[in-house]
Amino acid sequence: MYRYDEFDHRFVADRVIQFRDQAERRLAGDLTEDEFRPLRLMNGLYLQLHAYMLRIAIPYGTLNSRQMNRLADIAAKWDRGYGHFTTRQNLQFNWIKLEDTADILESLAEVEMHAIQTSGNCIRNVTTDHWAGAAADELADPRPVAELLRQWSSLHPEFSYLPRKFKIAVTGAPNDRTAVKVHDIGLRMHGNDKGERGWEVIVGGGLGRTPIVGVTVREFLPEAELLPYLEAIMRVYNLYGRRDNKFKARIKILVHELGAEEFKRQVEAEYAKKRYSDVEVDQRELRRIESYFAPPTFKTLGRWSPGFEEARITDREFAHWIKVNVAPHRVPGYAIVNVSLKPEGGIPGDATAEQMRVIADLALRFSFDELRVSHHQNLVLPHVERGNLYEIWKILKAHGLAAANLGLAGDIIACPGLDYCALATARSIPIAQGISRRFADISRQEDIGPLKINISGCINACGHHHVGHIGILGLDKRGEEFYQITLGGSSSESASIGQIIGPGFAAEQVPDAIDKIVNTYLKLRVSKEEPFLEAYRRLGPQPFKEALYAAA
Amino acid sequence: MSVVEKGQALTANRLVDGEVVFLTRSGGWSLSVDEAAVAQEPDAVKALEVRGREAEAANIVTGSYLFEVERRDGRVRATHIRERIRTLGPTVRPDLGKQALGSGDAFAAVHR
Repeated sequence: MYRYDEFDHRFVADRVIQFRDQAERRLAGDLTEDEFRPLRLMNGLYLQLHAYMLRIAIPYGTLNSRQMNRLADIAAKWDRGYGHFTTRQNLQFNWIKLEDTADILESLAEVEMHAIQTSGNCIRNVTTDHWAGAAADELADPRPVAELLRQWSSLHPEFSYLPRKFKIAVTGAPNDRTAVKVHDIGLRMHGNDKGERGWEVIVGGGLGRTPIVGVTVREFLPEAELLPYLEAIMRVYNLYGRRDNKFKARIKILVHELGAEEFKRQVEAEYAKKRYSDVEVDQRELRRIESYFAPPTFKTLGRWSPGFEEARITDREFAHWIKVNVAPHRVPGYAIVNVSLKPEGGIPGDATAEQMRVIADLALRFSFDELRVSHHQNLVLPHVERGNLYEIWKILKAHGLAAANLGLAGDIIACPGLDYCALATARSIPIAQGISRRFADISRQEDIGPLKINISGCINACGHHHVGHIGILGLDKRGEEFYQITLGGSSSESASIGQIIGPGFAAEQVPDAIDKIVNTYLKLRVSKEEPFLEAYRRLGPQPFKEALYAAA
Repeated sequence: MSVVEKGQALTANRLVDGEVVFLTRSGGWSLSVDEAAVAQEPDAVKALEVRGREAEAANIVTGSYLFEVERRDGRVRATHIRERIRTLGPTVRPDLGKQALGSGDAFAAVHR
């Protein structure tokens, strides 16, 4: 993985020194809150419902055991013994003290981490496929490009005060696990007949108040042109994006208001002004960065791993976990282990310091010291020998980390909601817990098949409810929480925005409502091979509406 | 029948650590909402606001604001769920936040 060079180290260390001074001046009263707020937000420090919250960047969701152990140390020493992995592949601590924050940032800098650009109207942490470099369906590892974008966008003076926040996602696989179509910019790698790599550039996707699927402005941008072309997009946005209305300031509104063709014309006109020399530098830099992401030294393994096969036959629970949570690796004899942070009735994305240490240790021993955070709020051991799976599973199970529900009804995505978030209008986590308990039977979950349930506690949509097959949005109706349900959303390569199915529900009614939706699907699906989303797209909302509201 | 007093209390976050605090009758800041001064008359409400701004200027707290409460039998309960969660802690982690400092039943009961 990428290692900081001398410049990176100095830059992050300098930022810690600056923040320490800023925090001291704030505590001494030399800075007012209005003066200090933008400074703390530039370092990921929010003021939330109960305390300060620190959002730490995990670039493209990749980290090593030393970094994960450091996060555990911070959780134990400065927070309340746990952290929350987010839908942006980041980590949040909920109980941080302002007086400790500089020490925490210094501790992070020691392991090449920081919280810069996890807030504010800048280019945020670039996200990518959590199976990058391991996935069987991948054209190439997208992380060198993600790292290139990180370096380009970190403190880029031209793009530090954009009209609004800006999120970029990158994928190197045809099966999109990165939600590229609902980001400000989404990049999808393609190959051409000559064996060259290029990028499909998707712009203007997003969720929140105005959910929109992005439009493709270039089908195949040669890789050499990537940065200059993105600069052209950013420049058009920076010039013409609306600054008069926060709710209309994202690039999706600009693309929508101008129309895709006119937006594209403006970007191409801007791009035509670029100098070619920019491109050359970027390519040399990309080759340098690629060397950091060279694949680990995989062994030549046979397809048959006796210990693994025996365990799979004798231990049904293990066999089930293998079937659900373990994905094929591009190298024979290896596997991708997905560690679900969604135990039955648990808080999606939360991990204790002890669990973080267990996973860090597993990564060090069994996965070439690599870990990933997924935007589904789970963790990944990307490169595991199949022969080690049984031992890994037993360790995970001993620490409450072996929930076998990846991609199933129990694998619910939920934002922190009103239990933690100052912006939320309703709670998300108790809704997730209620549904998780209702669908606790793993054989039922397996029978239902792939099902994405996403819950957001407000219209800002951190739980990505618009792209859940079943989306749940918590709102406040005259002081009471109520929940609106959308169906048919997807963040995959065939992305779609879910449609509101009808009037909302009280919190205690939600699990029943989800049950009715799922039972309707089970009754009407052509066969077990027709997943929920396909069935919904075939059937439309009517049978689900009838099931939910007919008796009322 | 116990008497229910409805009114407004003033809350803020303590600057140094972000802790949620409530302005008390004596002009101090308490971690417990039960100790919050409850203002019912417009002048009393204004006085709370002024105290809050003064404490912000003195860098003791930040982000002060009024919220609706009711006092019954010496206990203060926020009217809106958002403020109830803020005064007590996350409903999904009764071991954390102010509810964890409380005496159990009474704290849990007001979550509803």
